[in-house]
Amino acid sequence: MSDNTLYDKVWDRHKVTTLPNGQDQLFVGLHLIHEVTSPQAFGMLQERDLEVARPDLTLATVDHIVPTADQSRPYSDDAAEEMMSELEENVRDAGIEFLSPETGEQGIVHVIGPEQGLTQPGKTIVCGDSHTSTHGAFGALAFGIGTSQIRDVLATQTIAMEKQKVRKIQVDGELAEGVEAKDIILEIIRRLGTEGGVGYVYEYAGEAIEDLGMEGRMSICNMSIEGGARAGYVNPDETTYEWLEQTDYFQEHPEKFEELKPYWESIRSDDDAEYDDVVHIDASELEPVVTWGTTPGQGVGVTDPIPEPEDLPPEKQDTARRAQEHMRVEPGDTMEGYDIDVAFLGSCTNARLPDLRRAAEIVEGRQVPDDVRAFVVPGSQRVQRAAEEEGLKDVFTEAGFDWRNAGCSMCLGMNEDQLEGDEACASSSNRNFVGRQGSKDGRTVLMNPQMVAAAAINGEVTDVRDLEEVVSV
Amino acid sequence: MSREADEVEIPEVKEVTGSGIPIRGNDIDTDQIIPARFMKVVTFDGLGEFSFFDQRFDDEDEPKDHPMNEDRFQDANIMVVNANFGCGSSREHAPQALMRWGIDAFIGESFAEIFAGNCLALGMPTVTGDQETIEDLQNFVDENPDAEIDIDVADETVTYDGKTVDVTVDEGQRKALVDGIWDTTALMKANQQAISETADGLPYV
Ligand code: SF4
Repeated sequence: MSDNTLYDKVWDRHKVTTLPNGQDQLFVGLHLIHEVTSPQAFGMLQERDLEVARPDLTLATVDHIVPTADQSRPYSDDAAEEMMSELEENVRDAGIEFLSPETGEQGIVHVIGPEQGLTQPGKTIVCGDSHTSTHGAFGALAFGIGTSQIRDVLATQTIAMEKQKVRKIQVDGELAEGVEAKDIILEIIRRLGTEGGVGYVYEYAGEAIEDLGMEGRMSICNMSIEGGARAGYVNPDETTYEWLEQTDYFQEHPEKFEELKPYWESIRSDDDAEYDDVVHIDASELEPVVTWGTTPGQGVGVTDPIPEPEDLPPEKQDTARRAQEHMRVEPGDTMEGYDIDVAFLGSCTNARLPDLRRAAEIVEGRQVPDDVRAFVVPGSQRVQRAAEEEGLKDVFTEAGFDWRNAGCSMCLGMNEDQLEGDEACASSSNRNFVGRQGSKDGRTVLMNPQMVAAAAINGEVTDVRDLEEVVSV
Repeated sequence: MSREADEVEIPEVKEVTGSGIPIRGNDIDTDQIIPARFMKVVTFDGLGEFSFFDQRFDDEDEPKDHPMNEDRFQDANIMVVNANFGCGSSREHAPQALMRWGIDAFIGESFAEIFAGNCLALGMPTVTGDQETIEDLQNFVDENPDAEIDIDVADETVTYDGKTVDVTVDEGQRKALVDGIWDTTALMKANQQAISETADGLPYV
């Protein structure tokens, strides 16, 4: 049993009671909602004639279905328009703040929470979306929930949960050039498996994690769920506080910052906290990781050979064989040189400003070949504006990338941005499941954003560290 | 404390009886169970026919080989699956779709946690057994699609073919199903006072 970890402390502060079914009832500090998973929950609420308990602790945005090209209403896709209208009606009736595209604050739900300064250490945060784990980067306890649980939260601002075990993942050492937070988490999932985290919450710690900015920490926490852990977090520190301090919320309420800081400090895991498990990773050994298969755990260093299914644990062999057939890769080969048709820079894993900056550095002065479809979908309207102001948009468009509006886009292909046929996509997103990007024959290769940029330029998976310097004329 | 006027009757799920359908393979994710393109809906009604759509139909919407397309399994209400079933996204659309197709319970080697939680919220057990138990059951169901299978949630057993095998039901899930306390909205709404007190104790609320 863990003791005195951030998880234990935040859990205890939010525990209302133990329910007759053995679960704990937890108070929810922030409920984020979007158009895909909330309408059914509002429907269930109406069926029972219940009201939204705490609209003041609820925030809505639209991300999954928004078109990223033409956003004029009504949307050309009727189903998308219906979902948007339904959300508009629900938030209006309940008095919930809605960061719609007109506000200039819209974006992927896991990008905007932190931007708004609402994602804070020691908060419980839930959303009907598995990547809610992202918010753990701030030392919040954040997890994805299903629609019936959304109903619970809307009706009571609480949630019923069982306490999990805590695994500390200690990442020491320094990252090499071209290697990023994304590679750390892909490596963790490769080693521990996509189910390795079931029943656990992950605490990410160690020098390599502390060295990361908030964006990198978010990329890691984001993919906790791909490793089976419903939540992941990093203890808050000066990096966290610096981010919070410059958000609009704390700029407007500096006194709140001073008032809350002692609480944030108090919920950090104690030095002598007890964990149910500890895992060590040496960050300095990592190289850029790319996936060769159809689960995020099927990753490999870009210069390492794709594994023989026979060399994997027995229960993974069958899945690996099917994945290699789908991806059309051969064990023993490397992923380097794997032809791609599409490059997608986006998603709640890797579409924040520093991600776009690093990718822009790679594409600057280079050209995407004609047979590659490359596009950038910023994580939020704020990211988009900032990137445009500092000239990143121009860098991308001059190199032949399409520059889009904020949304989930090809991360899951619920809008018009989809793979076609058996196209292969170098993607900065988090899931490479069959069919995920809109075509059931589509092939997704997950990698960090610099690697996506390099793949776009060469039309094939490329070790970004081998790209030659662009000689300026 | 006063009972809520909106309280709903929550049925007890002590037992599920019916016939089985085997869905083989590990790591079957929710994108396979219900592809994202069918989630552009504002209610769950009508999702059933899109369950496993891309496994069941080809590009021309012609049926492919899949147990859910076979006549002999059309009345099945117990899905027998392998390891890590329902991994991937937290979409409740997945169990909702399978429930609407006709499934009342799952027996498998293991389930993704959120998927199991979503099932519980619908009153559907996710019962687990070891690999051998599950494969035996899958083979049996394949050969005897009409045979009766009985899941005893309270006793943690599955009875079929004249024998009873041990399975596991997560402790919390078992209690919730057997005692009819799996509808958490009703359970939690009753604690209004304690909710307010907890909120008052939080510096940020
Ligand atoms: S960007 Fe992708 S993973 Fe993130 S919330 Fe949107 S669909 Fe989900």
